[in-house]
Amino acid sequence: MGGTVSAQEGTANLLEVRGLTKIFGTLTACDHIDLTIGKGEIHALLGENGAGKSTLVKMLFGSLEPHSGEINWDGQSVRMTSPSVAKKLGIGMVFQHFSLFEALTAAENIALSLDDGAPIGTIAAKARALSYSYGLPLDPDSLVGDLSVGERQRIEIIRCLLQAPQLIILDEPTSVLTPQEADKLFETLERLRAEGKSILYISHRLEEVKRLCDRATVLRHGKVVGHCNPREETASSLARMMVGNEVKSAERTPITLEGAQELLSVCGLSRKPAGPFSTPLKNIWLAVKAGEILGIAGVAGNGQGELFEALSGEVQQTSADSVRIRGKDAGRLDITGRRLLGAAFVPEERLGHGAAPRMKLSENLLLSRYATDGKAFVGSGGMVKNGAVYDAAQRIIKIMDVRKSAPDPEAAALSGGNLQKFIVGRELDRQPTVMVVNQPTWGVDAGASAHIRQALIELARGGSAVLVISQDLDELFEISDAIAVMHNGELSKPIPIAEATFERIGLLMGGAEPGHVDQKLETA
Amino acid sequence: MDMTVSILLTIATAATPLLIAAIGELVVERSGVLNLGVEGMMVMGAVAGFGAGFLTGSPWIGLIAAIVVGALFSLLFAVMTLSLATNQVATGLSLTLLGLGLSGMLGTGFVGLPGERLPNLYIPLLTDLPVVGRLLFGQDPIFYISIALVFGVSWFLFKTRTGLTLRSIGDSHTSAHALGIQVIKYRYLAVMFGGACAGLAGGHLSLVYTPQWVENMTAGRGWIALALVVFSSWRPLRVLAGAYIFGAVWIGQLHAQAFGIPVPSQFLSSLPYLATIVVLVIISRNKRLTMMNTPASLGQAFVPDR
Repeated sequence: MGGTVSAQEGTANLLEVRGLTKIFGTLTACDHIDLTIGKGEIHALLGENGAGKSTLVKMLFGSLEPHSGEINWDGQSVRMTSPSVAKKLGIGMVFQHFSLFEALTAAENIALSLDDGAPIGTIAAKARALSYSYGLPLDPDSLVGDLSVGERQRIEIIRCLLQAPQLIILDEPTSVLTPQEADKLFETLERLRAEGKSILYISHRLEEVKRLCDRATVLRHGKVVGHCNPREETASSLARMMVGNEVKSAERTPITLEGAQELLSVCGLSRKPAGPFSTPLKNIWLAVKAGEILGIAGVAGNGQGELFEALSGEVQQTSADSVRIRGKDAGRLDITGRRLLGAAFVPEERLGHGAAPRMKLSENLLLSRYATDGKAFVGSGGMVKNGAVYDAAQRIIKIMDVRKSAPDPEAAALSGGNLQKFIVGRELDRQPTVMVVNQPTWGVDAGASAHIRQALIELARGGSAVLVISQDLDELFEISDAIAVMHNGELSKPIPIAEATFERIGLLMGGAEPGHVDQKLETA
Repeated sequence: MDMTVSILLTIATAATPLLIAAIGELVVERSGVLNLGVEGMMVMGAVAGFGAGFLTGSPWIGLIAAIVVGALFSLLFAVMTLSLATNQVATGLSLTLLGLGLSGMLGTGFVGLPGERLPNLYIPLLTDLPVVGRLLFGQDPIFYISIALVFGVSWFLFKTRTGLTLRSIGDSHTSAHALGIQVIKYRYLAVMFGGACAGLAGGHLSLVYTPQWVENMTAGRGWIALALVVFSSWRPLRVLAGAYIFGAVWIGQLHAQAFGIPVPSQFLSSLPYLATIVVLVIISRNKRLTMMNTPASLGQAFVPDR
């Protein structure tokens, strides 16, 4: 591949990959990938969702076997037949979806990935010492299920460092961290680089790649499309390389909300924890007016899922007036009851909550809209109008540009991003008065994300109230009129977008300024 | 006094097969595999134990045959569910049906024949002690194996590295695979351990409990063992408690029926089930502890992507 920036002078390459290819069925996930990583460098791997980044690192870590191509480690040709081979060579991995065991303690989790058979007590002591020396304090005896996402990531990192690796692979490590936690992580990574370790850093956050990484390799559709020095690029030139064309960000027209009607209000909502690892909701107050988008930020697992369930009616409240939709008490209504009041919901989990995996898209459309669309889909006598349902599904597929292999495929046959487009499109198609969305663009590529965000803004500006729960701060800053932060089951006062900064939101996400909204709530 | 001792002895004899089968299944389920074929593996162990004991004249050979046949029969389940990734529930149910049918066919020639019984332990002096002598030092060998199994399995699961690995596989097989743990290998071994235990439990029935072969002689004990595992929230010492409560109420209601207590016999027969469930539900009311001990990937087929 052309345009290779040579590794730093005088240092041999730690890892060299030539022509690595992986084929799943008819899809070539990685197509003749070349990659070199020098000693003591932080190398970024950039690409859209589905570009083949995860497949590539899984091959490097031995979880997947390549069809062809070779891997050279320190000048020697090697075959990564299993993760234990990779670990023995000195490759450590911090997974994107954490590979931790919730029912075990931190120390037990760490012990499982070490092969030396040392007693748990010794490992716990070592982990504690190492974690403090890197400024990532960790209690080895705590149960993983009780820990926040940031703390879980510390376990993964400490576990990785205890194996004394030469190369550390981090798969989208900051996607679940507060900005402050991410800063801490960058310090750790810079220190590791100073110690001569190499790091392969996967991310789609271009600013942090520019800040941290020495070189970058960009993948698109399973192929290497370029190597570059990220410090000499701009965020938009990197994005262009990843996507292949310009990405527009959503445009938010300013709006005055004075006198606008409150369409969604939550008054003093509390909820006991549903299970041992879930968060209680503590006296939540919020209001969303017609025309407004309220964003809810927060680190995963701080009660956002529980709030969504309480809003959607998946879990009903004991008092009817704790959730009000269009001025009507909805706390004791089920999902269908709330939908009939004009609300629409997009849950975080696509397969299982958002869609029934083994049912067709048209059937999934019917499942969420059989009651709300008058007699459009279900005629008198309860007969389903298959033709109308099919046509509506095709309309949504066309508007949202859902890519699929059959005219009306099963939900599970779609990629995550495409299914998300369909699910959001299915609810937007109803023109709901109140829309509650949890993680609207999680796992969706940049082009489609922009499309979904623009559609949400247009829905709000058309007179609906939109509540967006998201972990992606860039997204919230792009679309919200005000941002509130959830921490440990409590919701902060909404901060008008003009006054919101990353730092301020980040501090709230870390719980620096606890306290919930007073009764005399006033939206900006 | 003698009456009490003999009742306590029969309780131990009734509880032992349940305990052994349940402790085996507990290990299987801790690895994340649900094998509903316990009944089938038990009955195969029973017919193999009786047959081998009868043909060779040695109940000890019968005992070994029961264990080996139980393990081999579970291997069938392991190949289907682990290597071919079939549905565990359906495969387990078929294993039970197959075991019941196959054992009936193989055992046709054994019906009504007198079997070999494993001798009870006799230690001079100790066994002769009043009351405790016969209870503690004069039982059949399988009783001692069952108690050793409970504490051995408990130690293995919670104190050894291999036990930790096994529990981690039950918690999340995908995470375990990502760490390079050989999920399928561990599960094969766990399933075969469960099979060996079920076989041994069946051998107890046809070599100790009633030394003869009767078709379908397990009479649902495999299912009770399965229920015990769940109600004990996958903890070995609770399985021990559950098995003995069941055994005690079972023997108690038999005596009550014999005395002619004016309560419908159907109600009395259902008492052991009710009592066991009630007691185990009460001791498992700590939801958090139950959740921690429940193997999260139980019953899910695992296909490593390579």
